[in-house]
This record gives sequence, C-alpha cells and structure tokens, in this order.
Amino acid sequence: MNERTATGPQGPVHEPGLALHVEDLTVSYQGRPALWDIDLDVPPGVMAAIVGPNGAGKSTLIKSVLELVPRTAGHVYLFGQPYRTVRRRVAYVPQRSAVDWDFPTTALDVVMMGRYGHLGWLRRPGAGERRRAMAALEEVGIAELAGRQISQLSGGQQQRVFVARALVQEADLYFLDEPMAGVDATTERAIVRLLEDLRARGKTLVVVHHDLQTVRRYFDWIVILNVRVIAQGPVERAYTPENLRRAYGGQISLIEGFGARATDGVSGE
Amino acid sequence: MQAILDNPALMIVATGLMVGAASALLGPFLILRRNAMLADAISHSIVFGIVTVWLITGAVAGPVQIAGAALTGVLTVVLTELVAGTGRVKHDAAIGLVFPALFSMGVLLLNVYAREVHIDAHTVLLGEIGFVWLDTVELAGYRVPQALVWMGAMAAVNAAFVALFWKELKLATFDPVLAAAFGFRPRVLFYALLFLVSGTAVAAFDAVGAILFIAFVIVPPAAAYLLSDRLVWIVLGGVAISAVSTLSGYGLAVAWDVSIGGMMASMTGVCLAAAFLFGPRYGLVAGLHRRARQAVENEARALVVHLATHEAGAERQEENVAAAMHTHLGWSAERARAVLARSIDRDFVRRDGEALELTETGREEAEALLQPWRRGGG
Amino acid sequence: MTAWDLLSDYTLHTVAMGAAILGVISGVLGSFAVLRQQSLMGDALSHAALPGVCLGFLVAGTRDLGWILGGALFTGGLAALTVLALTRLSRLKTDAAIGIALSVFFAVGVVLLTVIQRMGGASQAGLETFLFGQAAAILRSDLVLMGGVTGVALTVVLALWKEFKLVTFDPEFARTLGLPVTLLEVALTVMVALAVVVGLQMVGVVLMAAMVIAPAAAARQWVSRLEHMVVLAALIGMASGIVGAVISALGAGLATGPLIVLAASAAVLVSILFAPGRGVVWEAAGRVRERRRLRGRQVLATMLSLAREHGDPDYPAEQGMLDAYHRLGTHGVLERLEARGQVRRARHMPGEGRHWVLTPEGRREAERTLAEIGPGGR
Repeated sequence: MNERTATGPQGPVHEPGLALHVEDLTVSYQGRPALWDIDLDVPPGVMAAIVGPNGAGKSTLIKSVLELVPRTAGHVYLFGQPYRTVRRRVAYVPQRSAVDWDFPTTALDVVMMGRYGHLGWLRRPGAGERRRAMAALEEVGIAELAGRQISQLSGGQQQRVFVARALVQEADLYFLDEPMAGVDATTERAIVRLLEDLRARGKTLVVVHHDLQTVRRYFDWIVILNVRVIAQGPVERAYTPENLRRAYGGQISLIEGFGARATDGVSGE
Repeated sequence: MQAILDNPALMIVATGLMVGAASALLGPFLILRRNAMLADAISHSIVFGIVTVWLITGAVAGPVQIAGAALTGVLTVVLTELVAGTGRVKHDAAIGLVFPALFSMGVLLLNVYAREVHIDAHTVLLGEIGFVWLDTVELAGYRVPQALVWMGAMAAVNAAFVALFWKELKLATFDPVLAAAFGFRPRVLFYALLFLVSGTAVAAFDAVGAILFIAFVIVPPAAAYLLSDRLVWIVLGGVAISAVSTLSGYGLAVAWDVSIGGMMASMTGVCLAAAFLFGPRYGLVAGLHRRARQAVENEARALVVHLATHEAGAERQEENVAAAMHTHLGWSAERARAVLARSIDRDFVRRDGEALELTETGREEAEALLQPWRRGGG
Repeated sequence: MTAWDLLSDYTLHTVAMGAAILGVISGVLGSFAVLRQQSLMGDALSHAALPGVCLGFLVAGTRDLGWILGGALFTGGLAALTVLALTRLSRLKTDAAIGIALSVFFAVGVVLLTVIQRMGGASQAGLETFLFGQAAAILRSDLVLMGGVTGVALTVVLALWKEFKLVTFDPEFARTLGLPVTLLEVALTVMVALAVVVGLQMVGVVLMAAMVIAPAAAARQWVSRLEHMVVLAALIGMASGIVGAVISALGAGLATGPLIVLAASAAVLVSILFAPGRGVVWEAAGRVRERRRLRGRQVLATMLSLAREHGDPDYPAEQGMLDAYHRLGTHGVLERLEARGQVRRARHMPGEGRHWVLTPEGRREAERTLAEIGPGGR
C-alpha cells in the first residue's frame, strides 16, 4: 500500500512499479457479471498464467484491460498509467479463432500489421517494417513461410504468425489469449521458448492458459480466476491444490486429479 | 354474394389479407433459422421460374404455374448450398451470387419472348394489387378474382402445413440435430417449407410483385418476434400484424392515391418500427430503461462484492468507505450516489458515517455471487 | 452493324466507359464487403436506393442525375443505419435486419414512384430505367459524375488502405492499436452505397447486389493477397460491365443490367471451377489421382505380401484373387502399374485369369508402403 502514490486515480501515475495493476475491476457482459471486484498485481519481468474453469472470465479479463469490453467499475494501470497512454508498450495475441484465416493475405503481411500502430495514419509499411517482420518470423521459426497465404498454414503455424505479430510491436507487456490451445507439441515448445526469451529480456507476459499440467513448467507467476481472483502470486506459493479446488468449486470431483497431479509436479521437479 | 365478389375494394383487401397471412405463416421459421435472406433470393429467382413455366406450358396462373415456378425457388436454395458447399465463398455471398443470376435470366427471357404478355419487367418488380379484381375465374357459379383464389389456396395450404407439422417445425427450427435424431428429417421439412415459400411467392407475384413479397414474409414475423418469445404468438402475431398493415395500407393508399401494394408493404415497416421502439419487453425504450436499471443493479452488486472482498483485510479503512466508490471503483460522484442509494434500498449496505458496512442480506448476496455453485446446491 | 462501326460508335464508347467505371468501384469496394461477410448489405443498399432516386427527382423536379444520385446515397446510408440499429439494438439478426431494410425501403420507393406518376410528366418513365438500368441512356456528362464518385472512393481506399485491411481482417486487434474501428467499418459500408450510386444507371437497383459480390468472389479464387484481389476484382467488374453493355447496345432489346450480371456470374462460375490452386475441378482431379495412387500402392503391397508368404519374389498373383482381396476390379489399377513399370504380366495357363508379377521397382514401392501402413492397411 505504501508504494501507492498520493495523487489518486485521476493522477498520471499509479503503482508505476507494477507491469499490471488492476483495482476493483468489475465487468458485466451482456447483463451478466463476468468479473467481480478483481484486484490484481503482476510485477514486471514475470511470465504469468491466468487459469480458471470455463466461463471464469479469463479472456474477459484481458479484453477489459485492453478496453475491448466496457468496465462496470474499477481501474486498470499498466506501468502506472491508463492503457490509452501506454498502448505502444502493450502487445496482444488474440485467440486464433478470432479471425477468418481464409483472408487473402500472407504470413508476412499479417506480421507487419503489428507495426501499424507505430506507423500512424497514411504512412505505408516500408522496408523497415518488412525487415522487422521477417526477423520476427525468423524468431518464431517460420521465416520460410513468409509468402504463404495464411489459410495454407497449419494451426500451429498460424499461432506463430500471431505471436510474431506481437513481437514486432516491440512491447514491454504481452497479453496472450490461449496461445497454446490446439497447437502441436513443437509449436508449443517453440512458443514457450520464445516467451522465456522475452522474459529474459525483461518483458512481462500475461498468458491465458488452459493446461493445468504445464503451469509449473512454464510459468513463474499465477493468477487463479473464477469470476473473482481466487489466488495470485509466485507459482510455488499460490498454485496449490487447495486454491485450484476453490477455483474449480462445483467441479471438485473433476479437479481432484489435476490437484493431485499439480502436487506430483512439485515432487517431480 | 356476387355483389361482394364484384366489389373491387373488398377483393383487393381480401387478396392483400391472403398474401399477408400466407407469407406470415412461413416467415417465422426462416427468421428463427437465420435464413431470412432466402426469402429475398427466392422471390427474385421465381421470376425465372414464372417465365420458364409460361414458355413451356403457357400457364400464367394456377397450380401448374405455382408448383412449376416454385421449383425454381427450391433450385435457388439448392444452388446456393452447392456454391457455399465448395467452401470457396461464404454462405451469404453464395446467396447473392445465385439469385441475381437466375433473376437476370428471367428478365432476359422476358425481354426476348414476352413482349406482349402481361408479365413485363414492371409487374415483376411492383405487382399491381389494384387490378386483381379484373382477372376472374368461375368458381362454384361465382366470378372470383383469380389472384384471390390462388392466394387463398396458398394460405390454406400453408396453414395446414404449419398446423400439421407444428411440433416437427418447432423442433427442427430450434434444434435440427435433435430433430434429426428423432427421425423428423429436418432437411426434408426445411425444403418443404422453402417450396411453400416459393409457391406463395409465385401466387403473390401478380398482386405485390417479387420484392414487396419479401416485406410480407420477413417484416410482420420480425415485428412479432420483437413482441413475443413464444413461437405460437410469433406466428399468429405475424399474421395479425400483416392484416393490420394490409388494412391500414389500403386505406392510406386510397386516401393518398398511391400504390396499394407499396403502401401495404410500407405499413409492415411502420408496424416493425413501432415494435422495435415500443415493444414492452424487447423494445428500444423498454430496453434502455431496463439496461439503465440493470446497470445500477450490477453496480450495486459490484459494491457488495467489493465490500465483502475487503471486509477482513487491513485495507478496510481505505476500501470500505464511501469515498472509495470514487477513488477505487472509478465511479463519478453522481453515479456513486445512485449506486449507494440503490444498495441501501435493497438492504445490502449500511452506512456509518464514511464507513460502509455489509448487512446480513448483503453478505449473503456477496457469497451467492462469488460462489455461484453453492447457490441452490446448499 | 459491323465490328468497325461498333468500335467507333459514340454511344457504345460512353456505355463501355460507364461500365468500366462501375466495374472498378464495385470490384474494389465489393472486395471489402465480401471479406467482411457483408455481401448482402449491398443488396439492401441498392434496393434502398429506389426511394432516394424518387426523392431526388421530387426535390429537383426533373431527372437531374446529381440530385437523383444524391438521394440514392442518402437513403442507402439510411438503410445501412437501419440495419445497424436493428442488429445492435434489438434481438433481430443480420439476415432479418437486411431483409427488413431492403423490402421496406423498396416499398416506400414504390409508393413514391406512384406519387411521381400521378404528377404526370413523361420523365417518370425515365425513373423506371433505374430498376434494371439502361446503359444506352447514359450521357457523357453522367460519366463525369460517375468517374468523380469513383475517384473519391478510390482515393479514400488508397489513403486508408492499411487501416481498412486491418479492420477487415482483425477488428479487435485493430482496436488495441487505437484505431477508430467503428468509424472505419461505417466508412466501408457507406462507400458500398457509393458503388450502388454509380451502378444505378448501368444495372439498376435490383441487380446491384451482384456487382458488389460477383467480381470480388471471382477474383478471390485466383489470388491470395488483398492487393491483388482488389485489382483483379476491378478488372473482372470492368470486363463484365463492358461485355454486358456491348451485347445490350447491339440492339437486341436486352436489358443491360441482367447482361452485365450474367457476365459477372459466368466469371464467378469459371473461377470457382477452374482457378489454379483453388478450383473445384482441380481439387476433384487431385482427389481422383490421390485415390488411384493409393489403390495402386495397396495392390502392390498385397502382391508383395503374397510373394513373401510363398517365399517367391516372382510369385505370380492371379488377378481374380487380387480383385476378391480388394473387393473391386483391379484391372485398371494393374494396367496403370504396368505402364509405370511396377508390375509385369506373368505367363499363365490358358483358361486361367491373368497373372501379375512385381518388378524390382514395384517391389521397392511395395516395401515402402508396407513400412508406412503395415501389411493390414488396406
């Protein structure tokens, strides 16, 4: 609390030491509450997983942080400032199913779209953008597919294109919505390695994740969500079977196995 | 009796009522299946069917014409599904590719062969319900307007179809997979429905033309859909709304001396606008009102949850006070006041100076909201 | 008319230029509409142009193209807003909303047509050409207006190219970059109304939908980049426009609109069937080839298994036995394999069926197959 500046919510800077600071956020979606009074802190330089059962509001949380869905109450600060003023420091990887992959465009072109925010109105992407985009495709390991039409990419390759698009945004904070859903094992490993790379460079990653079994292996920070925050903090402290059980509540029987496996994970590593 | 049948005004209105009833009986199933634009496609492409049937059989009215031309309507849908089925274009684009092509062929055939016949491009689009009483047939010793006979027949057939297959149609519209599992053949049923839509379009063609027919199929049922949740009321309400539109449209058309069919169709739009704006449950006014109330309600719940979350912690001094509604929840002073008033009204919150405290009801509410799985299950 | 007369004919030049302009604007804007899955919006906007045409005429008091097109743009925009309002603010879905806007606006147009008709004036006949288009009536001065509108639209598309592309592909991501997504989407929709306005004289309100959809849908089959698609759609639109206009101008009394639409539809059909890479025909041919290859490999594998069972690499397999094993006539398969040098005929007793032996190459292929799918894989 003492870190908090005295200028109040209208002030320019609020918890500047945190990459993401969410305060009392409530979101109702089509008349139904999706998130209740979320208080959330993510320090810079971590790789944070958001987990929770279906309908827990994981995607909604990211979307409301990015002002894609309206908030009923609460504040969100990124690096101490409202989203609008730090847009350029933030990158977003939506769910793969969010777009029509039959769209007539190439992988390289999609990646270059990540630069549009920096370009501004009327300016065309040029050689510089091209170079950056190629480098990003190189990083995600599909540079040879740059000219390929996007419908001819596999699911995993499409996901890599999306990640590459976020890379060229050259942000400090990355939001990824289920980047590992429905991709092959190779892609999953490649994406994880890439995210770890970004973290090593001091970037912050917030990832909606669905696979409870890999949480311990991939992430160092966890937010367990079910309409409200059940637990948050470093994985070794907050990712406990007890917390999972609280999050998955009514589906306790379903979660027993996961809880046990999560514990196994501890002893196994 | 013959006097009634010779009264042009009555015959025009009766024909209009039959067009409206026959169309509105079928429209709800298209709208609920999100296939409303098939009515658009069918009504355009039956022009091709009407011309083809006329070229082959010489029929410009009657069952042969209706059934024959209606096949083109079904053909439109088959072709649309075929084109969309290739996966090369999306379904809506497929509709927009197929019917203009068929319609174009129909118009060109008219250009070439039908210069002297009464079906010209003008009637194709606009129809002329004002003249239906001129063209009569002998029926049980009476001279009856041809259009009325065939529209009446279509209305009867449609009513019988909907009544006989009510539960099948209902299920096939709502859940085609389950309907298929029960052996109701939803696809056969759907094509039968489209065949009747096409037949109705053909029969209605002389009276209102190809495009105004769309208004009768889609608009009254859509208005009824904005007023009710029950299928039976949507169907009957659609018929009623089309009757109101027909009567008022005729009156206004006579008063202003304008196109009768056009005015009837315009009135369906007026009815829809009324339902859209003032419908008791789904109307815009009611909706805005409800949304405003719901917003305050949701905000009151947000406050309750907020208080519950911070009740036990050390931050209570900072969070659970009236001022926090502004500084933490981000509400304007005015909004905060409204929410607080609502929360106190609902007996969720007690105010003690600056401090806000949950009442017993408020705590129960918060618990129910935070742990929905506990609700009901005990 | 000889070919030379045709090429030097003044009217024809005008018509062809008009058709070319229409092709460009509808191809470019239609590409965005089709990709945004708003194909049928063009249908609503073009039908909704009719009341605007009448209003423009009523205001100007004469058939002044500027006023008429202005009116069409106005009511087209109004129809787009109606669709938006109905889908955003009521429970109606897009298909119903488009059907409602289309038919009700058109009905109002029909009413207004009779108003103008009653006011007398031979110029009313001129308005009806807007239903199907009458290219021959286009004047050089009209071309300036059409070209101007097209120029404006193209300038906007060029200037906002990357924004339009992003909003069409991934509107949510565009929003996170801070783009005014709703504004850009409205701009794209309203610009379709510009295309409609340009097309009114060429194809008329009823068939404009096809001009928005068909060139874009055809172009999409050949190319896989938006830049190329837009250019190709403009070219296809242009070509269809010119072809249709020329046939119509040859004087057989055929309406221009349907001819242009049929030309564009033909382009779509050819594209869907034969475009390299995406063509349905190539895909089907590929499937047949694949199935044949697979069947060949299966037969080879069976022969190898038989040879191994009998410990004789040159074991002659009887064709009838292979037929029975694969439950199909393997004659064609074996002849193809023979042509590829993977099997050869073996001597056999007269009265017995044909026998086949693996060649060394066939054996290698069979070994590969067995390694991949295992001996049971058939």
